[in-house]
Amino acid sequence: MSEALLEVDRLSVDFVTEAGIVRAVDDVSFSIRPGRTLGIVGESGCGKSVTSLALMGLLPRPAGSIASGAVRLGGVELTSLNERALRRMRGAELSMIFQEPMTALNPVYTIGAQMSAVLRRHQGLSRRAARARAIEMLERVGIPVPARRIDEYPHELSGGMRQRAMIAMALSCRPKLLIADEPTTALDVTTQAQVLAQIAELQQELGTAVILVTHDLGVVAETCDDALVMYCGQVVEQAPTSVLFETPRHRYTEGLIAAIPKVRPQRLARLPVIPGTVPDLAELPPGCRFAPRCGFADETCIRRQPALETRCESRFACFHPAGRQAPQA
Amino acid sequence: MTGTLLEVRDLARHFPVRAGLLGRSRRVLRAVDGVSFELERGRTFGLVGESGCGKSTLGRAVLRLHEPTSGRVVLDGVDITSLDPPALKRQRKHMQMIFQDPYASLSPRRTVGRILDEPLALHRFGDRTQRSRRVLELLDIVGLGPAARNRYPHEFSGGQRQRIGIARALAVEPKLIVADEAVSALDVSVQSQILNLLADLQAEFGVSFVFISHDLAVVQHVSHVVGVMYLGKLVETAPVDRIYATPAHPYTRALLDAVPVADPSRRGKRLVLSGEVPSPLEPPPGCPFHTRCPQAMPVCRNRVPRTIDIGQRGQTHRVTCHLHDPDIDH
Repeated sequence: MSEALLEVDRLSVDFVTEAGIVRAVDDVSFSIRPGRTLGIVGESGCGKSVTSLALMGLLPRPAGSIASGAVRLGGVELTSLNERALRRMRGAELSMIFQEPMTALNPVYTIGAQMSAVLRRHQGLSRRAARARAIEMLERVGIPVPARRIDEYPHELSGGMRQRAMIAMALSCRPKLLIADEPTTALDVTTQAQVLAQIAELQQELGTAVILVTHDLGVVAETCDDALVMYCGQVVEQAPTSVLFETPRHRYTEGLIAAIPKVRPQRLARLPVIPGTVPDLAELPPGCRFAPRCGFADETCIRRQPALETRCESRFACFHPAGRQAPQA
Repeated sequence: MTGTLLEVRDLARHFPVRAGLLGRSRRVLRAVDGVSFELERGRTFGLVGESGCGKSTLGRAVLRLHEPTSGRVVLDGVDITSLDPPALKRQRKHMQMIFQDPYASLSPRRTVGRILDEPLALHRFGDRTQRSRRVLELLDIVGLGPAARNRYPHEFSGGQRQRIGIARALAVEPKLIVADEAVSALDVSVQSQILNLLADLQAEFGVSFVFISHDLAVVQHVSHVVGVMYLGKLVETAPVDRIYATPAHPYTRALLDAVPVADPSRRGKRLVLSGEVPSPLEPPPGCPFHTRCPQAMPVCRNRVPRTIDIGQRGQTHRVTCHLHDPDIDH
């Protein structure tokens, strides 16, 4: 495992809420090698975004905090770094883009001013060199007439262009890891296709590892080498993307894949559903967290939490897994 | 056809926009620009397009929540567009709406019981006891228990709130419901529950839907006829199976191609459309799609395409594209 770029080891994150302390991320472990793409997928409240914020050291304080666990990037333990050291890492070593670039970009500075600031701080470039580099990056992400666009303010760009500018900014210092949290969720499908292709192209070129956080299994299928499925703060399954879609093992993954509306050659009379809703983190079931919604759950599932097991290329936590070798439930 | 419930003819909704220094130059944003379609009883018309294409404005113009600039909307033989306000108000019980964000459309200070009673009282749906019985019936129809009556919207999850929104729309037994991105804010596992509920309601009550969504997979699932909108115009309209199997307009093809497929073995096999949707304030001359069209011809740059019916065996399949116009030299 020495070749891993990022190692997340038994990470737990707590949030203080009105309902008391809630564990938003519970004992999550995974790793990612240089240049690879990992998709973290799940529904709202599963902890996927909190996990990525924790990696960046960007948990909203004082409500959120890392309760236990380790995050190592290139051998450096991130959870024990102070704010100054973290700031030096962010942008240079690891970088993040968000769903809504408008909230991440500063509205009162031009795109160029914001990009130059990053480049001058982390790479020590001169004003002129930083500007030239910024224009080059904007061109690479497919922004037309970058020499003019660079002097525009975020509000003057369309949603798709703003997301491209964010990507250009995030990758301008060639970080080793890019965390993209729902980067295309606010975009139209045609723009989404362009932006995903752009991220993949730059990733190849720069050798950046990418963590793609999304609720959209279609996006994972299109872009990720590996996929990690989260439910109620826990990892329920991880596998190479092709394995996950071909032979999902956890019953939640199986249900999720079946429930995605897809353009089909033949329309179905009814869509397969997962009954019920995601439980409240403050009122979690004692056993398997998916048990109340699972058609395969029995006494064991209701009482005991399944542990993550590794079988072949998959890792999953389920007492009655799906798949060919599974005993009939 | 006797089965036609809704007929929309050349409907337009233009917004004046002030621009320039001191807002002196006035321009017109043609959000909906000459749209025609019809919908049969108990059927669903799916309306797809990217953000800013005018699909939501069209949905509201059909219900006269936006006053149409021109054109006609006829619902069950009644010309909605020509009604005076009191008559329109009486017609409203026949046409209701479901919104994307049920939380924003449900009053936070009223119990669910009161929220559902409101349209009933407004449209004089019996006395208090009858209305109370109807509220319980509605809660049962959408799969919420009777206890929901005394609770407030914030006590429910997103999917349950959408059920409340659906119950409210259904309360006065409308003939037509316009659903604008009704499942877009919901998680996948909940989304399919709501889509199945809408199908059940249609089968049971014969209600017709105009279903607006940016999600082509969802639209395929719920619709009988699909219209594709681009810059305020319908560029293609056809029965659902036909439009998904043999899309005729290059824009429809590009949209279908851009949908991410949850199948890693089919990765990368698609055409990525270049460019972005042009500003509706300055739509390109000729065919509005020619700036992004992979098959654009010289004629597309200056001549507006006609709408042609390329349907077979009595099915209507309308496409607005020079490629299908027999009078244009290809």
